[in-house]
Amino acid sequence: MAVALLAEHDLSQLSETTARAVAALGAVGLPVDILVIGANVGVAGGQAAAIEGVRKVRVLDDVALEARGAEALAEILLSLKDEYSHFAAIAGAIGKDVLPRFAAKLDVSPVTDVIAVHGPNRFDRPIYAGNAIETVTCNETKIVLTIRPSAFSPARSDGSAPIEPLATPAASIADAAEFLVAHRTSSDTPDLSTARIVVAGGIALGSVHHFEMIENLASVLGAAVGATRAAVDASYAPNDWQIGQTGKAIAPDLYIAIGISGALQHLAGIQGARKIVAINTDPDAPLMQIADYRLVGDLFEVVPQLTAELEKRLNR
Amino acid sequence: MKILVAVKRVVDHTVRIRVRPDGSGVDTDNAKFSINPFCKHAVEAAVQLAEHGHADEVVAVTIGPAKANDVLLVALAMGADRGIHLVTEERTEPLAVAKLLKAVVEEEKPDLVLLGKQAVDDDANQTGQMLAGLLDWPQATFASAIEVNGDGLKVTREVDYGRATYALKTPAIVTADLRLNEPRNTALPQVMKAKKKPVDTRTAAELGIDIAPRLMVEKVAPPPDRAGGQAVGSVSELVDIIAEVAAGGERA
Ligand SMILES: Cc1cc2nc3c(=O)[nH]c(=O)nc-3n(C[C@H](O)[C@H](O)[C@H](O)COP(=O)(O)OP(=O)(O)OC[C@H]3O[C@@H](n4cnc5c(N)ncnc54)[C@H](O)[C@@H]3O)c2cc1C
Ligand SMILES: Nc1ncnc2c1ncn2[C@@H]1O[C@H](COP(=O)(O)O)[C@@H](O)[C@H]1O
Repeated sequence: MAVALLAEHDLSQLSETTARAVAALGAVGLPVDILVIGANVGVAGGQAAAIEGVRKVRVLDDVALEARGAEALAEILLSLKDEYSHFAAIAGAIGKDVLPRFAAKLDVSPVTDVIAVHGPNRFDRPIYAGNAIETVTCNETKIVLTIRPSAFSPARSDGSAPIEPLATPAASIADAAEFLVAHRTSSDTPDLSTARIVVAGGIALGSVHHFEMIENLASVLGAAVGATRAAVDASYAPNDWQIGQTGKAIAPDLYIAIGISGALQHLAGIQGARKIVAINTDPDAPLMQIADYRLVGDLFEVVPQLTAELEKRLNR
Repeated sequence: MKILVAVKRVVDHTVRIRVRPDGSGVDTDNAKFSINPFCKHAVEAAVQLAEHGHADEVVAVTIGPAKANDVLLVALAMGADRGIHLVTEERTEPLAVAKLLKAVVEEEKPDLVLLGKQAVDDDANQTGQMLAGLLDWPQATFASAIEVNGDGLKVTREVDYGRATYALKTPAIVTADLRLNEPRNTALPQVMKAKKKPVDTRTAAELGIDIAPRLMVEKVAPPPDRAGGQAVGSVSELVDIIAEVAAGGERA
């Protein structure tokens, strides 16, 4: 048997998270096929074929699939159920939406948010906001997984897998939620879940205007921008910048946390960070206790100075 | 419209749990339990729809130990009309919960089932999607806004690139994200009133559905320890540290 991995892409470009999932699935020990599904996804299909270790790429290009609703994607996966033993997706908004629906239709328990693959049916996943890691064995007839991309390094991209078309299944799709409109965060910062450097701000920034200090520092460093739930709730930052238990999980080489206390729901998203810098007026804030480098100071003084000096140093 | 809202009893989100030293699980013996935060947003959404005249009945349902009646009471105090408690002392996976909820849906015939997006104990983020799959109903997960739209709903979802709005025909499944609303606090009078509201308590076993776990939990371990690091005395010292990583050479 083999693994079918649902590719992550924004219709035009393949996300690097796909290559991370391919690397994760290597430990399953079976051939991996990538399914690229959407509208005008030819480029993403080509990019998927370049991922090292992929057996083949199957592209389903259909204008009707622009929104990639869970109802339609689950039916497409269902039409392939006899061809694969494992079905996987990235634990992003699409994978989390689709895979459990699909698993229910197969009458199997999925394993979501996998952070380690120990073989064909043994996986680690975080529970209780990452305060515990459970190792589970799944003896289901089909194995259905979502993979947390930040927990894995990407597979190399010097492969050249064959690309085949995949037909839209004939089965009619149940009444589906109808896509009306996207409210896209306009930003050209790197993707949080794969960025090498992340700069994030908390409620201490005090306003959407002051939050620009975080964005400026990130821009000098070519970093992704993150935020706490408190900062997002206060509308200082868009929802897709939230890091944590219910936001995105990150694993950068360097995480710079500014005016962030380090609530356990926030820490849930940053366990993969290699080094953490924390800037906070309160030396006792939980994040200051675990940061590799902690600077006690007022962010309104520190951040402008830091940004200016880094800009000079890095000639940007 | 009739709304069913699923609420789960979980270790309170402020509790920092401890893993048992023998790796057999999480020690919850003396922990404080509460209604799952996401479920509170789901209840609030249901009650608001009723208050705005869009729903004539809100039924709260929980699956769990006898003690889980306390989270039904929270839902009833917030404004749900009645409760259903399917009692089981066993660990239930989302698939089992979804199957039990499906049986309740078949009895109650709601137009909308609201659930939390995830439970903060198992962090599974599965149950709503699985229920939608079992029923073949449309789903809108991670909702940050719900509006009535003709005889259906308009739901805004939080997605990876921002937000996206969908139209759903009912019956439908919606799972609540944290920005959906501000759940109300309840005071003693509401709680006293809630205690008089009807709760239908039955054993889950009565439904004759196989709810045995499918995944075997082999062990539970604490995450790798993060030791604290060093204090940085000045901004220029920090510039050196950050510049090294940013330059792309040495890793931090
Ligand atoms: C179910 C649930 C899920 C959640 N999920 C998430 C999640 O995914 N992500 C998340 O982030 N949160 C999440 N939260 C919220 C979390 O519990 C915290 O409330 C939140 O992370 C706090 O954000 P904060 O650090 O910005 O604010 P605070 O905790 O208020 O901390 C602000 C910090 O700024 C410091 N400060 C103040 N002024 C300055 C200054 N001038 N200069 C420098 N420092 C200053 C303070 O000392 C303090 O440490 C969740 C909560 C719940 C209940
Ligand atoms: N035992 C349960 N009883 C009632 N509702 C539940 C139960 N387990 C999960 N749910 C619902 O499903 C949502 C998501 O849970 P989960 O899939 O476990 O993350 C919760 O917020 C609840 O609304």
